[in-house]
Amino acid sequence: MSAEATVVEKELKVEKKSAEPFLSKRRKNIVTDPLSDDNPITIQVLGICSALAVTVKLEPTLVMSIAVVFVIVFANLIISLMRNLIPGRIRIIVQLAVVATLVTLVSEFLKAYSYDMYKVLGAYVGLIITNCIVMGRLEAFAMANKPYDSILDGLGSGFGYAWIILTVAFFRELLGSGSIFDFKIFEAIGWATFPTNGLMVDSIGAFVVLGILIWIQRSKSGYVEH
Amino acid sequence: MEVFNIALRGIFIDNMIFAYYLGMCSFLAVSKKVETAFGLGLAVVFVLTLTVPVNWLLQEYVLKEGALTWIDGSFESIDLTFLQFIMFIAVIASMVQLVEMIIEKLSPALYGSLGIFLPLIAVNCAILGSSLFMVQKDYNIIEATSYGFGSGFGFFLAIIALAAIREKLKYSMVPSGLKGLGITMLITGLMGLAFKAFIGIAI
Repeated sequence: MSAEATVVEKELKVEKKSAEPFLSKRRKNIVTDPLSDDNPITIQVLGICSALAVTVKLEPTLVMSIAVVFVIVFANLIISLMRNLIPGRIRIIVQLAVVATLVTLVSEFLKAYSYDMYKVLGAYVGLIITNCIVMGRLEAFAMANKPYDSILDGLGSGFGYAWIILTVAFFRELLGSGSIFDFKIFEAIGWATFPTNGLMVDSIGAFVVLGILIWIQRSKSGYVEH
Repeated sequence: MEVFNIALRGIFIDNMIFAYYLGMCSFLAVSKKVETAFGLGLAVVFVLTLTVPVNWLLQEYVLKEGALTWIDGSFESIDLTFLQFIMFIAVIASMVQLVEMIIEKLSPALYGSLGIFLPLIAVNCAILGSSLFMVQKDYNIIEATSYGFGSGFGFFLAIIALAAIREKLKYSMVPSGLKGLGITMLITGLMGLAFKAFIGIAI
């Protein structure tokens, strides 16, 4: 009798040990690491395509960020729930199918509620499917971790991506169109003749702004590529 | 003539990298050596020339609104466009697999040089992007094939040029924070500027 009780007690102890606090240090790190030291764009070099394509103006960039965060979080959650059921050989196709379904949802949602934005973003919403950040997180994290951790990881990577593209968009819209969220900032402060830079609206501006941003970010975090 | 123009536009003006930023991930990751860049570029040309017409057929005879009328007249109101993403990516993934198997069988030497890059291509944005743009541009099948080839070849040129520059770059003094990705982005910007010179080119 007493032996049984000790076994139960032991089990309880094990149970207690494995239960992690809701926001432990490790979990906080999962969210905060991708924001700076392990940023998906500037350090891991993932998801560059859409980072450049939609950043002419801030508004579509914001919509794109929300869409990507949504897709990463839910794809991470779904793949993490299914991780023990997916055969290793066909995992890429399964991951693509899950991501494609989520992206279709986003695209249909935009078409229904914000048709103008759908027109502006065009094919780039569909290209979230092949956004390397999404596939990268699924492959590197969700396939090997529990659902809750995977959601946190998705949030971290999503926001790490979002703040970079929002910063790029801020400078491109400010210098290229002289506005912020379509608000003509230079006219408002009485400098109507502000010379806007056509290159910023063009693809070249995106490369240069992102290049400089990467430089600043890497100098701050001390990361050096060999 | 229009067919050539479409290919030419795809290569120089609507270049996948410099105008649409598609396929940047592999463009940056696989451009450290000319040899590997050549392999990836070739695989991209190959897969694009095949997948764009296949996806065109799919769009025309299955997905478009009223496309299913060739089965029965009563299917006129069916619109399956919402399945576009899933169908396209499935076609691309399976085409890549198929191409990989065919090359392995027919030309082991080519397989040896392309081998590792072929699976990577399934998630290359340039491939899916070309199919999506092809739908927007309303091409017929020959134009679509030409567009696929043109986009692929544009990518091929861009990645080889960048790889050649990066090989030389190894011997230059670059500030430590700018090393690698940073300087590559700036160079890509300058290359894009050079490609702007082709605007308006036509046969």
